Order: sequence, then C-alpha cells, then structure tokens
Amino acid sequence: MSHASSLNSWSDALSGFNLGWFPLGLVIVAAIPLVFIALYALTYGVYGERKISAFMQDRLGPMEVGPWGLLQTLADILKLLQKEDIVPNAADKFLFVIGPLVMFVGSFLAFVVLPFGPAFIGADLNVGLFYAVGIVALEVVGILASGWGSNNKWALYGAVRSVAQIVSYEIPASIALLCGAMMAGTLSMQQFCVAQSGPLGLLHWYLFSNPIAWLPFIIYFISSLAETNRAPFDIPEAESELVAGFFTEYTGMKFAMFFLAEYGSMFMVSGIISIVFLGGWASPLPNIGSLALNDMTSGPAWGAFWIIMKGFFFIFVQMWLRWTLPRLRVDQLMYLCWKVLTPFAFIAFVLTAVWEIYK
Amino acid sequence: MNQLTISIIFYVFAAVTVLSAAFVVFSKNVIYSAFALLFTFFGVAALYVFLSADFIAVTQVVVYVGGILVLLLFGVMFTNTIMQTELKADVLHVVPGTILLLLMIAGMLYTFYTTGDWMPGQAQLQGSVVQRVGFETMSRFMLPFEMASIVLLVALLGAAFLARYDKAHKNEH
Repeated sequence: MSHASSLNSWSDALSGFNLGWFPLGLVIVAAIPLVFIALYALTYGVYGERKISAFMQDRLGPMEVGPWGLLQTLADILKLLQKEDIVPNAADKFLFVIGPLVMFVGSFLAFVVLPFGPAFIGADLNVGLFYAVGIVALEVVGILASGWGSNNKWALYGAVRSVAQIVSYEIPASIALLCGAMMAGTLSMQQFCVAQSGPLGLLHWYLFSNPIAWLPFIIYFISSLAETNRAPFDIPEAESELVAGFFTEYTGMKFAMFFLAEYGSMFMVSGIISIVFLGGWASPLPNIGSLALNDMTSGPAWGAFWIIMKGFFFIFVQMWLRWTLPRLRVDQLMYLCWKVLTPFAFIAFVLTAVWEIYK
Repeated sequence: MNQLTISIIFYVFAAVTVLSAAFVVFSKNVIYSAFALLFTFFGVAALYVFLSADFIAVTQVVVYVGGILVLLLFGVMFTNTIMQTELKADVLHVVPGTILLLLMIAGMLYTFYTTGDWMPGQAQLQGSVVQRVGFETMSRFMLPFEMASIVLLVALLGAAFLARYDKAHKNEH
C-alpha cells in the first residue's frame, strides 16, 4: 500500500510535540475534533438543518440575519450564551448538571478513533471500531442522569424510551458492523480505509465490491438513526407527546450541549458507515488509463476532504428522512429492531462469512 | 509521551477509581451510588489500558457501563419508593469488621507476594491483540466460550418467558 508509509504521520508528529515537560501536542490532537464538532454543528448542523427543512417544506428558512441568513446560527449562539441557566428547585442538582456533560463527553470520545484522512487520527487503536461502538454507552448514562435529575415525568419517560431504544438498536448495528470487520479482517479504523483504497476508486469500496455488503449497510444505517435519536425514531423527544423528552427542563448552554452531542454523534455514525462500507478517506475517482484521477485526489488533505464530504452526505440523508417520514410508535420501533433488523443482521453475518471463505 | 505525564495520568485514574468506589459504598442515596459506579467502571477500564489490555478495556466499558450499569439504573428507577428508603451506611460491628478487613488484606498481600511476578514480561506483544483473542477463543478456549453462550441463551429464554404476556391467565380474570 502506498499510504502505509505516510499513515498517521501528521498526528504522530503532533502528539510527540512537547513544550518543556508539558505535552502540548497531545492537547492539540484532542482539541481538533472538538473544534471540528463545534464548527460543523454551528454551520452545517443547525443552519443546514433549518435550510434543508425549509426547502423540503417549500419555505425559505432563515433569511434575515446576514446574506441568506448565514449569520443566524451565530445570533442563536449569542442568545443561548446570555440565557439564564435555570436549575429547577425540585431537580436533583448534581445529576441535572452532570447529565449533559456526560452525554457530550460520550459523543466526543468516539472521535478519538475517527481518521480525518490518512495522516491524522486521534489514536489508531487496534480495537478502534469496537471502541467507537462501545463508548456510546457513556451517552446512555448521560441521558438517564439528565432524565432522572430533571424530576419531570416527560423527561423521565423520554430518557427511558431513549435508553431502551439505544440499547436495543446496538445489537443489529454491532452485528452489521461485524460483517464489515469480517470483510476487512481488522478493527482498526485506518486499516479499514487502507483496505478499501486503490487505483479503481469506488470499485474497491465494500459496498460496491462485495455483493452482500448492501444488507449490513442498510441495517447499520437504519440502526444508526435510532442510536442518534433521529427521526423516524425520535420518540424520546416526540414534541406531541413528551414536550421535548429528556431535555425538557434545560435552558441556555446546557440545552446547547445536548445539540452539540446530537450533532457530534450524527457525524460519528456517518463517519463509521463511510469508513466501514464506503472507503473512509479513500477517493471515489478511478485511474482511467494515463489520467490518474485517483492518484491526483489522494493524500492527507484530500483524505480529510473525502471523509468529511461522505459524513456530510449521510447527515444530509438523515435530515432528509427527518422531514419526510412520520415517527414510529414504541411497539413498532421494538418490532422493527427485534423481529426485522436483528434476524436480517444474522442472515447478513452468515452470508458474509460464507462469501469471505469461498470468494 | 514522557514518563511524568504517564504517571500523572495513571494516578488521576487510580484516584478516580478508588474515590468513586468509596462513594458507591458510603453514599446514602441509591441513585448516587449507581451513578458513581460509572466512574469506577471507567477508571478500571483506564487501568486496563495501562496494562496494554485494550481489548479488555473496551469490553469493560461495553459490558459494565453499557450493560450492567444501565440495567442497574433501570432497576433502581423503576422501583417504587426508592428515594424514601434510608440506606444504612454506618459502621455497625467495628471490632469483627476490622479483623476481617485486616485478614483479607493480609491474605491478598500474601498471595501477591508469593505468586505474583512483579517484573514486566520480556516478550513484547506483536501485531493485533484482537486477532490473538479471536484465535484463542476459537481454539483453546472453545468449550468455555460455548458454555458461556449457552448460559446466556438460557438466561435470555428465562427472561423472555417471565416477561411474556400471559394470554390464558389474563382471560381468567
């Protein structure tokens, strides 16, 4: 592999950078995903969601602040910063405060193993994919803490629904990702991308090179919607039943933390699906004869471009679905998970194993 | 990363683990105890990382935080009058308790000093740990692995049977 020599070179160099005894490089490596989440949630997340929903409903969306309403989200952030930070009297103060923090940390920790291109990754763990799936557990505890701490029946119902949903959908999601791990023969996020990059561009991606990969791909996509509480699986925050679910009582920056966490995990699941099935930072363009399009569009900077674009594409699909599909009832949700997705995930698992042995 | 940074990070995680574990035991509020367990489990996972056991560390987070802790919290939250119950976190039998504690510590230290090999292993880990774990599970530890899965399956069937909507029983009433 031509990438192998330069793999992780930027992040390795950065993490080795010390200012005296202080490991400044390590702090910067950790800060890069944080800044990325904040910037992307501010621009693409909030503004994009409002604009996309507006276009879906034949409206214009925010138009007043700045050209095409571009500065609207900045104005929103200023408003959120100035809002009073209300802690209800009857709430459990400690759990109420710690809930959004634990949830945000849970969604942010997964970014450790997300490769931003071939030269940059927080930590190239050999259990990367397993870690990214498992660390979501922290988010679940954060949701429970905020739901219970609010001392509000809507919040508690929202938290319980959300946790039941996340814990259930983890099963088909993990089995679908296991199919991808079988195809690549590794759990390291960088090795997934390396295994799917090559001169033929997107023909090397598992979704197009493996005849079974579409089944775990679809199963994981549906499950990832449920894991991030996105429509059509947004019963934890169903406005018509539960006001706003587990964050009913929150105001100001704590409320913003929930949104940062949600947009953070939206990008994370989009990143995971692009890495496992769509080549991650690998360029989609093939080399055509002497016109080496693939070589021209590969490299550290191009890699970052491709993986962020793939992530944004899936986030666009998530938003598109949110404004198109009605939400499922609780029993329909559980039916879909246990009686449809899980059996099909097992079928995909067996088929992938057979294909990997006899191909 | 220099040695000082590693030591500082290690002691931070060790302190988090021990202090939160103490909080679990001494807290008078069941909910707080359950949430403090999160930090204990997480600290233990971090200590596994210091032992170069990445796979065990992630498994610790998945099984204990994602499974057991969530189950525990659900159990606590769905129990009626959980907040009214006063937990006893006082010391009741000082002398027998102290003797038992000292005996246990002495036993553990004795075992550590006689059987434990405190020198770090010379053999370095080569390649992916996950691959080795997979091979060992599917070859040498096949029987324990299958036994564990059968026990889990039986537990699953039992839980499904207990939680089942009993149609015949419902019609009688």
